[in-house]
Amino acid sequence: MGTVKLECKHVWEHISEYIDNTVDAQLREDIERHLEHCEICSAILDSTRNILILTADDRTFELPVGYSERLHERLAKAMNGSERETDNR
Amino acid sequence: MQTKGKKEAELIARIVGGERELFHELIRPYERMVYLTVFSIVKNEAEAEDAAQEAVINTYRHLGSFRAEAKFSTWLTAIAINEGRKRLRRAKSAAEDSIEEQTEEKEGDYTPAPLTDWREIPLEALERKELREALRKAVAELPDAYRQVFTLRDLEELNIEETAQALGLNTGVVKVRLHRARMMLQKRLIPFLKDMAPKRKGFFGRAQWAL
Repeated sequence: MGTVKLECKHVWEHISEYIDNTVDAQLREDIERHLEHCEICSAILDSTRNILILTADDRTFELPVGYSERLHERLAKAMNGSERETDNR
Repeated sequence: MQTKGKKEAELIARIVGGERELFHELIRPYERMVYLTVFSIVKNEAEAEDAAQEAVINTYRHLGSFRAEAKFSTWLTAIAINEGRKRLRRAKSAAEDSIEEQTEEKEGDYTPAPLTDWREIPLEALERKELREALRKAVAELPDAYRQVFTLRDLEELNIEETAQALGLNTGVVKVRLHRARMMLQKRLIPFLKDMAPKRKGFFGRAQWAL
């Protein structure tokens, strides 16, 4: 049981890099072999991945309503020189 | 990617050459990125919007000094980060700044939360508003240094090198912060997801929707 626990910890330390695919081939193989029989680590990997999927989903982090319109409006003003370098601050 | 970069370079050359109106077109694909970048720093909607506008205007004003070897998105992100930090410095006391610096040194527990019944959570759970809400809150509560790395890498989907470049960090630091941020979020969201999971046992198939 002790060795299994150590192994899990080792996998946890590399989960982020494993997801990003920046671990070397040997480590990747070791992690994958571990995942095959470890429900806990598989669940941690899945949950982390799902959080990242949710994070990248545009609906999770929304922009303020009208942000784009206001941005281009102000940009247009600046481009036309009606807004000076050091404005109202 | 190559053609996108080439098209972008042409667009920039035309804008610098006098077709100023095209800048609207250049910036449009990056509006979201600029906002999220400054929001990750100032953590306030109104302030972030104003900072995003200013960052975009600064980008326009300095477009002539943009070097074609660099990636426009990275350059733009760096400008947005500068704008955000400038505002933060204005708002924060020097004492608070030094606390932020210490975050990196602090040894903490960045191990994930074990959860065996995760895969029993139906895909629909991910569609729930409450989960998005919880994630937003958890991200907002990350230590500043971690949230900024996480935002660039996982929200805006910059790669490790681009994230490092934009924040002026080395890739090793980016990887460590990213790992810690992800593990902290995993830990924070697990209890929330557990509540959503149906109490059903005996299903052990690998979740196909995980990727």
